[in-house]
Amino acid sequence: MKALRNFLDKVKPNFEEGGKLSMFRSVFDGFETFLFVPNTTAKRGTHIHDCIDSKRVMSMVVIALIPALLFGMYNVGYQHFLVNGILEGSSFFDLFLYGAACVLPKVVVSYAVGLGIEFIVAQFKKEEIQEGFLVSGMLIPLIVPVDCPLWILGVATAFAVIFAKEVFGGTGMNVFNVAVVTRAFLFFAYPKSMSGDSVWVSKDAVCGLGGGTVVDSFTGATPLGQAAVAQGDVVMTNAVGDPISTVDMLIGLIPGSIGETSKIAIAIGAVILLVTGVASWKTMFSVFVGGALTALLFNSIGTTPIMNISWYDHLLLGGFAFGAVFMATDPVTSARTEIGKYIFGFCVGMFTIFIRVLNPGYPEGMMLAILLMNVFAPFIDYWVVQANINRRKNRAKNNAFKNINA
Amino acid sequence: MAEVIRIKKGLDIKLKGKVAVDGYDREAALPELFSVCPDDFHGVKPKVVVNEGDRVKVGSVLFFDKNNPDVKFVSPASGEVVSVNRGERRKLLNVLIKSDGSFESEPFTKADPKDLSAEEVRGLLLNGGFWPFIKQRPYDVVANPNDKPKAIFISGFDSAPLAPNYDFTLDGMKNELQLGVNALAKLTDGKVHIGIHKDNASKVFKEVRGAEVHVFDGPHPAGNVGVQIHHIDPINKGEVVWVVNPHDVVAIGKAFSKGVISFERPVVLVGSEVIKPLYYKSYFGASISNMVKGNVKEGANVRYISGNPLTGKQIAADGFVGAYDSQVTVLPEGDHYEFLGWIMPRLAKFSVSKSYLSWLMGGSKEYALDTNINGGERAFIMSGEYDKVFPMDILPEFLVKAILSKNIEEMENLGIYEVAPEDFALCEFVCTSKIETQKIVREGLDYLRKELA
Repeated sequence: MKALRNFLDKVKPNFEEGGKLSMFRSVFDGFETFLFVPNTTAKRGTHIHDCIDSKRVMSMVVIALIPALLFGMYNVGYQHFLVNGILEGSSFFDLFLYGAACVLPKVVVSYAVGLGIEFIVAQFKKEEIQEGFLVSGMLIPLIVPVDCPLWILGVATAFAVIFAKEVFGGTGMNVFNVAVVTRAFLFFAYPKSMSGDSVWVSKDAVCGLGGGTVVDSFTGATPLGQAAVAQGDVVMTNAVGDPISTVDMLIGLIPGSIGETSKIAIAIGAVILLVTGVASWKTMFSVFVGGALTALLFNSIGTTPIMNISWYDHLLLGGFAFGAVFMATDPVTSARTEIGKYIFGFCVGMFTIFIRVLNPGYPEGMMLAILLMNVFAPFIDYWVVQANINRRKNRAKNNAFKNINA
Repeated sequence: MAEVIRIKKGLDIKLKGKVAVDGYDREAALPELFSVCPDDFHGVKPKVVVNEGDRVKVGSVLFFDKNNPDVKFVSPASGEVVSVNRGERRKLLNVLIKSDGSFESEPFTKADPKDLSAEEVRGLLLNGGFWPFIKQRPYDVVANPNDKPKAIFISGFDSAPLAPNYDFTLDGMKNELQLGVNALAKLTDGKVHIGIHKDNASKVFKEVRGAEVHVFDGPHPAGNVGVQIHHIDPINKGEVVWVVNPHDVVAIGKAFSKGVISFERPVVLVGSEVIKPLYYKSYFGASISNMVKGNVKEGANVRYISGNPLTGKQIAADGFVGAYDSQVTVLPEGDHYEFLGWIMPRLAKFSVSKSYLSWLMGGSKEYALDTNINGGERAFIMSGEYDKVFPMDILPEFLVKAILSKNIEEMENLGIYEVAPEDFALCEFVCTSKIETQKIVREGLDYLRKELA
């Protein structure tokens, strides 16, 4: 490590202002602080500091996303082998390798585009590189369908990073969750690549892996998509038309966005986020409560098939769990007051079900609900802060009253 | 006994290097060099009245406040003025005094303040040089003698990391404390409040008459007088309260009981780099050379802090005890790189975040924390971090943001009059984004004071 440190110290002057390579300062800085925690000491104020920093926080979220990522890879492979009728005789590794070949390029594109922009902006603003995109860059590939073309993904990522984050001032200043904006951009700009029945399962061979012909019974729609258009009783099926149960939705071997299908993998991530305290349990819990209660409300009305889906199926369908755990809890774009977090979470859950049930055109309500509540989060905080201010004003008034009577 | 006020939010940071057995280092030499530094007294515009070579006694005026000429800053020792040091634009840095070791004092009236008028007490405290040790809220500055505070607060315990134990340092000072409280009681129409901790004996405080004693329970910052004020009688807009440290109350009482001025106070030398942490008889402005000589690990790269690690001021190895400090802390300097530190388990480091394992180590493990800030400064990312260590009905993050945007109305609404920078020290400690909240709050208070003057 000492040799590495010495090497960095030796080349560092080249990257500083006036050095030969100063145009790569932010890149060097990013890698240097990644390898070594800087030697900055407190100059005034508190002389000791907690050893938490934003790199640690962000990397905890990335770690929490890994189960969903790994399962997503496996499931991509599973779906492919299932619809091509070659599941029999294929090993776990065949499935996983196929999935990895589909998913990893998306991860690479998302990080390359997003971090590239971050480096340029950091260079331009003469600031340290910010870590926020470490999380967004992992979220983005997990919330898109497997058939989403890479160039579209790159365009959407660039759009979101520039217009949802950098124009607001970078990590910590953004109003909207960057990953959700990416998905919304894809959804409205390239609807054919983001919705419908054909994008959720990868049907062609990738890198010589997989292949074969799609079976006749193939229905590519996600369970949520099926529920949204169901007539009469809702019977959800997997990609080859076999009916699926609540347990299947829990395990996650169903079509859907890459990271959202396995609720078990998401639950592992949720445990990591909650134990480490990186995500607020108040937000996360409230999303589920809001969703469940709204689903129960619709159950009691029960005039359309989707209204009759049970509350627990609603929580397991589509991106509800993934959004609740990883995206509604984004501390920057959700409510920042403690009471506000309950309200924020509850409304996200409530609007998700509202959008799903009342607007079958956009079955994935989670994305729109989070964006909507991102807008309202400062407003929620405003009322909580106002309540605190009013308490203080009343206290002053009562005090003045007491003094007059004394 | 009054009911216990429970402070739930907060944090006790357990550091290595606390005093093992309460006791004084009796072999340590008396400090020779003294420095009175106007920067210690925030918001003061000094006008020097002594010259190099002047003879001074304890209580001789060195400089006064131009804004308030009655407020005088006096010598803590008798001897000779060695130098009057000025910095850029002739800003007074400090007045340096070489002690003759006799601590001969200017005269002071021996009396029970109870028998004196408020005016007489005020005059004696101003002329004796005790006034700068009375601070006011709002703004956390030296009190204005023309104000009538609604109450005076004394925190009877220091909950900061490695802080001195008042049960030990005030032992046997009952009489002096009583006279000091009597003097303060003359200065307000309201009450004198004392906050004590449930787990401390606080014998001297419990025996004091003429003051209301409140019992607190809970972690740091329960001992911060600002937190105590908030829970006893919060400051509303337009109100002024005064606060005094117990060691200074005792110094005031001693002057009234003996008729001499003395700024002797116990100072505890602590921290992981100290060989044998102990108490020292010292003075405000006294050089720390005699304390640290031979008692700090040799060859170590250390930082000397006058005060506690959260709110203290960095000083040199031959620096001076700050005006309001009873603690000198020696910590390892953190100016080194740490390979991939942010992903390591970091078992030797402390974090309130559960993403490190310090929460599994049990509450009694002590840490030798260095001065590295462990990261880089960022915009606000995490929410709710400050709230967990800020035991007032104030939204700290929103107040800090109001200060940053220089929105006076918002600052007032969010309770800036109740806070001092020290109340934000734990926020700064836990901050993921490494934001210097104490500096921000200090600047906010200064801005407000200037704008509303």
